[in-house]
Amino acid sequence: MTLMESAPGKTARTTAGLPLPLAANRFTARELDGARILCECLIAEGVEVMFGYPGGVLLPLYQVLGEYPEIRHILVRHEQAGGHAADAYGRVTNKVGVCMGTSGPGATNLVTAIATAHMDSAPLVAITGQVGRSMIGKDSFQETDITGITLPITKHNWLVMDTKDLAETIKKAFFLAQTGRPGPVLVDIPKDVFQAKAYFPGYPTEVKLRGYSPTIIGHTRQIKQAANLINQAQRPVILHGHGVTTSGAYQELADLAEKADIPVISTLQGLSAFPSAHPLSLGMPGMHGGIHANHAINESDVLIAIGMRFDDRVTGNLKSFARNSKIIHIDIDPAEIGKNVPTSIPIVGDVKNVLQVMNKSIEEKKHTEWREKIAGWKERDTKRRGNEMDRRGILPPQFIIQKMREVLGGNAVITVDVGQHQMWVAQHFEFEKANTFISSGGLGTMGFGLPAAMGARLAVKDKNVPVWTVTGDGGFQMNLQELATCVQDDIHVKIAIFNNGVLGMIRQWQSVFHDKRYHSTPITGPDFVKLAEAYGIKAWRVSEQSEVAPVIKEANEWPGPALVEFLIPEAEMVMPMVPPGGSNMDAIESAE
Amino acid sequence: MATATAPTQTLHTIVVYLEDEPGALNRVVNLFRRRGYNIESLSVGHTEEANVSRMTLVVRGEDSTVEQCTKQLYKLLEVIKVTDVTDDSIIVREMAIIKVTADKPESRAEIMQFSEIFKARVLDVAADAITVEITGPEEDVERFFALLRRYGIKESVRTGRIAISRGSVANSAI
Ligand SMILES: Cc1ncc(C[n+]2csc(CCOP(=O)(O)OP(=O)(O)O)c2C)c(N)n1
Ligand SMILES: [Mg+2]
Repeated sequence: MTLMESAPGKTARTTAGLPLPLAANRFTARELDGARILCECLIAEGVEVMFGYPGGVLLPLYQVLGEYPEIRHILVRHEQAGGHAADAYGRVTNKVGVCMGTSGPGATNLVTAIATAHMDSAPLVAITGQVGRSMIGKDSFQETDITGITLPITKHNWLVMDTKDLAETIKKAFFLAQTGRPGPVLVDIPKDVFQAKAYFPGYPTEVKLRGYSPTIIGHTRQIKQAANLINQAQRPVILHGHGVTTSGAYQELADLAEKADIPVISTLQGLSAFPSAHPLSLGMPGMHGGIHANHAINESDVLIAIGMRFDDRVTGNLKSFARNSKIIHIDIDPAEIGKNVPTSIPIVGDVKNVLQVMNKSIEEKKHTEWREKIAGWKERDTKRRGNEMDRRGILPPQFIIQKMREVLGGNAVITVDVGQHQMWVAQHFEFEKANTFISSGGLGTMGFGLPAAMGARLAVKDKNVPVWTVTGDGGFQMNLQELATCVQDDIHVKIAIFNNGVLGMIRQWQSVFHDKRYHSTPITGPDFVKLAEAYGIKAWRVSEQSEVAPVIKEANEWPGPALVEFLIPEAEMVMPMVPPGGSNMDAIESAE
Repeated sequence: MATATAPTQTLHTIVVYLEDEPGALNRVVNLFRRRGYNIESLSVGHTEEANVSRMTLVVRGEDSTVEQCTKQLYKLLEVIKVTDVTDDSIIVREMAIIKVTADKPESRAEIMQFSEIFKARVLDVAADAITVEITGPEEDVERFFALLRRYGIKESVRTGRIAISRGSVANSAI
């Protein structure tokens, strides 16, 4: 293969701009060093972007990375952010996101991001450099037992001790990360494994993992039983999570709901898999869910749980959750079934697959009475929401979200940080298109929003699709260093900071449950507009309702990264709210 | 739905086949620690198949907890097969080696006698101590221990339970 053939129209460059010889013998069997084997493997996996940060033990890899222009390496400013960006990239593309960090601190900086991906079942491969093989176990400089550390927060991890095992390990890692219930996989590679050569016959085409065979096809008899139960139900409710997105079962979910006239409740992570404006949509349940959604679950006779895991933020106190319902639980992970809630009909399998089969046995139904009852509860919620929206003299965060949705449209991809603003987006942004809401739901990782938006921006190829992050003044300050990455790598993310001057969600708890002792929740920050400008990013500050829509529009159209700071009231609360550990029926609707 | 009586904690015997790989045992033990399952005993060794280890776990817990535990075990990549054999027809064995004080002729004779009754083997005899090995169901091992305690146990070691099914049907990794 000639140089030109191996990478048509591309010239490899080091970051210093020096031309490098391209790896000439691409995809042909030969002896290669570990660093090049890794690159060949990543390309064979279709990796286009990776988020990394160099260090001593990764130098052999960075030495050759420039020979592979197919891989775009984004130099983040902190490995944690690289991990979140890769995580979001994986969620949006439904492929594997790749992040990388050096041994020791580089690897430990990835830990929060890996745990985040683990809790949200996101396909992620983390590559870490390790000290040379002879140095392992000696407390060498920048040595850390990262496979030990990440044992409980990865789907699996490997320390590669021989260059000849590298290709197969990478193949296994990618396979594991994206099949079954997706999750993060870590591959730890010692420096001299990158340097040593091994015969590389090409990327393996198949993997053998005898301890791993996810169940895809659901049990026919159980599916039939579930269908029968649904056909007999008087007050059925669908409660779905992120599994619908992972398996791409949007149409199947809609088919089931529409055919049998079943209201659909989406968990936080499930949002956007079913259109919020659909007449059957009841929005989010649980701690900050709509009163009507929680009531519907409580009074249902059949609860169809699809690709979700009964998180405590969804169920509230388990003793009073769906007490009168027969529960059908469909999930690809058998360990989720019966973990928190006893199930009448368990179905292990891929959600799309199971629903396709089940829908064939579902009868057309109308549940008019049941839907009217729910509509009655919803009326109260709609009124409360209207009151929240309609306030003069301040900038209600709910109003901002509504305007964002109006200006950006139903295609926009929204990432959020963690806190009140996250819940306001979940409650008020009417998601229309599938997989457009990216949130750290399981771990609730502050600092997720901005790097996740970077990953999402790179994942969404269509430049006309807006990618925004809605973040808090607290969470933004946990990873704001990534503004520089956005500029250096020309990543056009749009940032909306909801600045209330406080760690709002924590303040809300202090306000309602801890005697209004506002300790350590007032938080200062920089002048966010000046900060953005210092990085070379266009920025606006908004304090008037009338400015909201025009500024969002302007920022959205700005040909580069952009930041909008919204000044919102400090004392604003997310309502309704179920007290932690309380029953979902006991939600409070105002702080008074 | 739920019955009024509190679910009871019982001992479960679980057989796990796993890849004989570095870290595999660590993952199993870590899982138990992380999810708060109680291991009463654990024993592990090679099997008739290359690269496959067999582990016998004794776990205390409610049935539902132990079921959760087996499902979680299955999620470990190295774990090939998990069977709760508690209610199966199984042969259960444990081995103990006990070094017991025997500095008087009468105690020496009694210890030898007990050993014979329990089919325990005398492994070593010193001027003031006898070392015996007993293999049997845990109850036998317990009773033997209880008998020897009065002479003074200097040192002892137990393997934990191992189990295998009766009859001709074989539990195997595949
Ligand atoms: C890394 C991390 N630390 C602490 C928390 C606990 N926490 C949850 S929400 C929150 C406040 C977030 O404040 P801010 O980003 O300003 O968002 P707001 O709630 O004000 O919208 C905190 C501290 C967390 N989720 N993540
Ligand atoms: Mg705040």
